[in-house]
Amino acid sequence: MKKLILTTALLALTASASLAQTVRMGTEGAYPPYNFINDAGEVDGFERELGDKLCEMAGLTCEWVTTDWDGIIPNLQSGNYDVIIAGMSITDERKEVIDFTQNYVPPASSAYMALDAGADIKGGAVSAQTGTIQAGYVQSSGATLIEFATPDETVAAVRNGEADAVFADKEYLAPILAESNGQFVWAGEDVQLGGGVGMGLRKSDTELRDKFDAGIAAMKADGSLNELIKKWFGDTVAPF
Amino acid sequence: MFSSCADPSTLQGLNWLLCYLTTGKHLDFYFSFLTVLTLLAVTAPTALAFGFGGAMMSRSHILPLRIIGKGYTAMVRGVPDIVFFLFFVIALDQGIEWLMHQVRCPDWTDPIRNGLEFRVCPEAKVPQNASAQVWHSAYGFVLAVVTFALVFGAFAANVIYGAMQAVPRAQLETAEAYGMNARQVFRRVLVPQMWVYALPGLSNLWMILIKATPLLFLLGVQDIVYWARELGGAKTSAYAYPHPDWRLYYFLFLLVFYLCMTRVSELVLTRIQNRLSLGQATASGEAQRKAAT
Repeated sequence: MKKLILTTALLALTASASLAQTVRMGTEGAYPPYNFINDAGEVDGFERELGDKLCEMAGLTCEWVTTDWDGIIPNLQSGNYDVIIAGMSITDERKEVIDFTQNYVPPASSAYMALDAGADIKGGAVSAQTGTIQAGYVQSSGATLIEFATPDETVAAVRNGEADAVFADKEYLAPILAESNGQFVWAGEDVQLGGGVGMGLRKSDTELRDKFDAGIAAMKADGSLNELIKKWFGDTVAPF
Repeated sequence: MFSSCADPSTLQGLNWLLCYLTTGKHLDFYFSFLTVLTLLAVTAPTALAFGFGGAMMSRSHILPLRIIGKGYTAMVRGVPDIVFFLFFVIALDQGIEWLMHQVRCPDWTDPIRNGLEFRVCPEAKVPQNASAQVWHSAYGFVLAVVTFALVFGAFAANVIYGAMQAVPRAQLETAEAYGMNARQVFRRVLVPQMWVYALPGLSNLWMILIKATPLLFLLGVQDIVYWARELGGAKTSAYAYPHPDWRLYYFLFLLVFYLCMTRVSELVLTRIQNRLSLGQATASGEAQRKAAT
């Protein structure tokens, strides 16, 4: 009996690929409205809807996987999933290790959010998520950078006074600010960072990248991408 | 889960809480307790077996075996857990896929290593890209058990090795005088008597193992601490059940869980300790003998 179970398990693990190519989509699942795990325990958000649409257009079967932000690039490289679709901005540094599709969200603003508008964002303590372009920016701005592994913790740090302000994508902060009953306000000017958000792939996966690239181009052309942006981000993101 | 939970925005008070605590996400959270307990139940005996093997090898009269045994305990104990978990698991995973690649795709010409990228043919992926997420989780779980067993086995090996040395020489000599050969002495006298010396060290390891489970998330297995942090974080109305930062309550719940685990472990370990001391030439064995007369 034990042998039987073991053999079945092995078979299932190693069964040859089914007809449609299966692509594993890696995301963080903690960055609403880009991607988050909804109350049913499934990946949801702008990128879920976009990803599913792109997979359908390219005739691929897509599986969603979550991983922590810290290890999102190494896990792609070692083949745990095939695509990063996690609100990742296209930067030259990242381009050295992975390939990007064209952007599916235009270059957008990052913003400081604090408990009062006069918070010291140039010399005080500013929280940001580890390994993001915002963290790099804070470091060079003269403020003291406090890094956290998840976006939620960066906001909590401001709430409990550990940091003077949080610096993140404006689309992520906007709903939090809107629902804080006036607790949070914007501080300082918005900052333009990065080259927009794109999907990250292994450099050797050119075929898959071209498929997604074509899909994004098609969605830009027929305006459906703009509708999707409008649906999830409202007016905080300018459409293409 | 319940039909009354269909529209969370209309719910109030206790009903809201009831629905909130039975969302799919919370069920995943409850399920992760089972994952952690299963991991402990599987890992502890495996690690003990590794430890026993390691200790026996370290005591072996055959030099290569002794070197392997000593080398295993020294190396694994010297490397920080987190490094071991990151490095060893990736190496193990890639090693398995590399072997599969050699078997399944002998004609593949592209390089497997490409800078930092590791790319085998699709047929060599373990588990396959197309297999259900359940198999991916199961695979991660097995990797976790092997890694935990290897790490904790090394510590256990050292504890058991020390315990074997602690058994009074007189006991073994007596057994030899009765005409037992080395194997019989080991099985009938040394092993039954060494457990009582090994127990304090092993119980320490067990306690550390209970608390080490958050390392699971490094392997892609979602454990209780991951879920507590994810569920407790502040939720905007992008979620069906918005709430402020509730991490404190979730972590308090975990605290209670871990304290309960510790208490139960203590009770069980005390019983084992009493049981093992029975008739032993130790202070507690002697105390038991006196209490009985």
